[in-house]
Amino acid sequence: MPVAEELAKKQRQISIAEFFERNKQILGFDSLTRALITCVKEAVDNALDACEEAGILPEIKVEIEEYGDEYKVSVEDNGPGIVKSQIPHVFGRLLYGSRFHSLKQSRGQQGIGISAAVLYSQLTTGKPTVITSKIGEGFPAHRIELIIDTKKNLPRIIKEEMVHWEKKSGTKIELFVRGKYVKNRKQSVYEYLRSTAIVNPHTSIVFIEPDGNEIIFERVVDELPEQPKEIKPHLHGIELGTLLKMCKDTKAKKLTTFLANEFSSVSINKAREIAKIAGLENKNPNEIGLEEAKKLIESFKKVKMMAPPTDCLSPIGEIYIKKGLRKETMMLSPEFISTDTRQPSVFSGTPFMVETGIVYGGNLPKDERVEILRFANRVPLLYQEGGCVITEVIKDIDWRRYGLEQKGGRGIPYGPAIILVHVASVNIPFTSESKEAIAHIDEIKKEIKLSLQQCARKMKSHLSKKEKKEKVKNKFLLISKILPEIARKSAEMVGKPVPSIDSIISQIMNIVWIEDEITEKNGMLESRIRIINYKDSSQNFILYAEIPDKEKVAEVSPEPAEMKKKVIKWRVSIKPSEKIEYCFKLNKDSYDFEENNLYISGINPVNVVGAEKWEGEG
Amino acid sequence: MSTLNESALNELKKIAEKIYKDLENSRVPSLELPARTKTNIIFDERYRVWKYGSQFIKRSATSLPSAYMLLRTMYMIDFIRQMIEQNKTSTLRELYYISEGWKNAKFESQDESDKLAEDLEIMTKKLREDFKLRPEEDGARVIGNIVIEEITRGGEKRRIHCQDDVGDSGYSIPYNVEKEKLRFVETSADKVIAVETGGMFDRLVENRFDEKSNSILVHLKGQPARSTRRFIKRLNEELNLPVIVFTDGDPWSYRIYASVAYGAIKTAHISEYLATPSAQFLGVTPSDILNYELPSDELNKEDISALKSELKDPRFQDEFWINEIKLQLEIKKKAEQQALAKYGLDYVTDVYLPEKMVEMGYEV
Repeated sequence: MPVAEELAKKQRQISIAEFFERNKQILGFDSLTRALITCVKEAVDNALDACEEAGILPEIKVEIEEYGDEYKVSVEDNGPGIVKSQIPHVFGRLLYGSRFHSLKQSRGQQGIGISAAVLYSQLTTGKPTVITSKIGEGFPAHRIELIIDTKKNLPRIIKEEMVHWEKKSGTKIELFVRGKYVKNRKQSVYEYLRSTAIVNPHTSIVFIEPDGNEIIFERVVDELPEQPKEIKPHLHGIELGTLLKMCKDTKAKKLTTFLANEFSSVSINKAREIAKIAGLENKNPNEIGLEEAKKLIESFKKVKMMAPPTDCLSPIGEIYIKKGLRKETMMLSPEFISTDTRQPSVFSGTPFMVETGIVYGGNLPKDERVEILRFANRVPLLYQEGGCVITEVIKDIDWRRYGLEQKGGRGIPYGPAIILVHVASVNIPFTSESKEAIAHIDEIKKEIKLSLQQCARKMKSHLSKKEKKEKVKNKFLLISKILPEIARKSAEMVGKPVPSIDSIISQIMNIVWIEDEITEKNGMLESRIRIINYKDSSQNFILYAEIPDKEKVAEVSPEPAEMKKKVIKWRVSIKPSEKIEYCFKLNKDSYDFEENNLYISGINPVNVVGAEKWEGEG
Repeated sequence: MSTLNESALNELKKIAEKIYKDLENSRVPSLELPARTKTNIIFDERYRVWKYGSQFIKRSATSLPSAYMLLRTMYMIDFIRQMIEQNKTSTLRELYYISEGWKNAKFESQDESDKLAEDLEIMTKKLREDFKLRPEEDGARVIGNIVIEEITRGGEKRRIHCQDDVGDSGYSIPYNVEKEKLRFVETSADKVIAVETGGMFDRLVENRFDEKSNSILVHLKGQPARSTRRFIKRLNEELNLPVIVFTDGDPWSYRIYASVAYGAIKTAHISEYLATPSAQFLGVTPSDILNYELPSDELNKEDISALKSELKDPRFQDEFWINEIKLQLEIKKKAEQQALAKYGLDYVTDVYLPEKMVEMGYEV
């Protein structure tokens, strides 16, 4: 055997273990704590992707057990299962996966994840990984113990058997790792799972900690997110290497057909224009070399092109983010949650979109930095917060305008709030291969900023409303409790009857007072609006109450003057010191109905507390 | 019920009547009282003390905090009425705790209830002692050649010689020092020296300075209690004894002097009753710090802003004070009375005080 071949063999022998050693950080195994999180994360990401692709609502069980300085990690899903012959390839081979070259919004984009966890397990404990999988009712479950042959980068099966598994279908991975289990920290398995549950409200996760403590993250949405579509690459933003590979692989014989067929948003006319500019008309794409490919890329820049289609993205959705946040912050009983989903946008030919949410108040700590939850394609980002574009945008916004504290109007704000940002894209631009921070790309920055500002405005409007209510509450306390007591006590002391204070009350208040309340009753949201006339004359005006949708309104009383799609309209006629109550009920599925928005017309707004001036028509 | 208490009660009832009348006539109930701030004190030529000026604040039930104050006023008046009728007294602290049972009218802190008791004094032109309210603080100490006659708890008259009949800690001033409780029988002393700190008071006592200088020594205990100031005022008025004030050399001590001599801002409604306008400041002055080369500390931020505020305080608008305060701001130093110990324990009584008193025109 020639020496060179001998060497090449050796090179390959050391390559995989060394590759892992060199890239520990990139792969997410650089500390004992992080290694444990990464193992869980890779397995859970895989499980979620598998379930969703098969259209199954994910039910995932994660268990971590402690054995001295080793931990056993088990992750089990109810997905479609994996056929027996494929199991070794999925778990026992680095860089094996179906998604490596596809342009599609998905959790894993590298196909390196789960096998890296298997390798880490084997390198730190010497133990094989156990996979159990079943592909459906009537099929047997296969249990396979395997290791990775680091010399050949091939799986080696240690033991395989058929076992009985109650489950209809699913996959379970069990591996032993050296690691460290931590609690009450942002970077922990618990936080990773909690964050995952927030942005995957269609998932249920059961988590058993090493001490036996069981935590359940319940499903709140019984509907799978829409499956993201695969799209062809766009000419803007394609890399030279990818282009060369595509040229080589294509079956098209003409450059123009190649461009028109294998890229998105390229018409045949556009393709001709490009080929002409590049001077490569009638060229066979298979014959395109490095220099020609460079020319091609230059010519891509010179033509105007349609943006890529953006229907390939699968956002979580405003309401679902709200549901996820609400469920996971329930024990903090926050007073307000606002969310926003932007329209898809494009950077360098790559579609992306931004979603945000803000949780405010309740038992969230008042004088600490706000909590930031970052997500890329529904995967929580736990590390490298400082280097991420999301953090940068948050620091750039002047949060003082929206009711949070921030020294000098810059930096991470302080206050009882959680800020969530999700970036979805067919190709998330990470700052490095470790995929923990999103790169600083202007288009993404702009979208995050606009979205956060939208959420923040809603929060601010809530806070102003609250402040106003507080003032009104004080006045109400004054006239309903304190003033009558002053009257009673002074009468007692002078030994005379208690005087009537009605006219003094209207002098002090001199307004029409509107208060409202939303309660949940028998699966309905009930909104009650109470109007009290504290003016000394009768008042006639129109009251408008905003509703999410006419269809969702179950009951209105008294009979409204008019009901439009988004608003209920009442004619109010009220005598001095009279009280009138208005009420409507909504089907409970209206989670986006946080607060009443009340408006009035036909009366001077300065005489009314608790409703704004109606700016709409009619 | 004493006539004093009865007339106080009548005045208090007038407040309740005012509120009732407002309500009866459909007016938003309110009370007026002088603004108790530095900008609202004026010099009363007749009594030569600082009193409240003509700025008034109005407590009207249109705002929640004011309405609370009106309600508390009603409750406090009613409570005082009960005490007067049952011939009981309570401390200001007890009053605060009693208010716990007043539901909406309860106080958030004792500061609030103390202040309202003072407000009632201002509105009725009576003393809180007439309302059967007494302060928590025990009176300060006195040593000197004076005989005092006090009515004891048992109702007997007892004569006390404030050198022979008392221990080293001296005679303790009771909270009520009015004539019906306390009378000066005789004295051979020719002046009163009021001393800020306990350490210096004990030093003067140990060095028998009361005998050597023929003085009555009074311990102020920091910012002096009303009874201490009233006691000094009576010594000055009834026995014609000049009063000398001896304190630390810092802005807070100058305020102690000012409250003895001119009246405090908080109690400006009874200044003519508490203040001794002829009281003189002996030291420690900023000039003393330089002249006697006293050990000193740097002024801190609060000291400096207190001095600056004193430059604007109407009570300090004379040449002596303006010069001394400006000097202190320049040297940025302050000194304690006890810094005089630098030259030995007897220095203060053998050298410093005699020298300073001669400077002030006393024979030593």
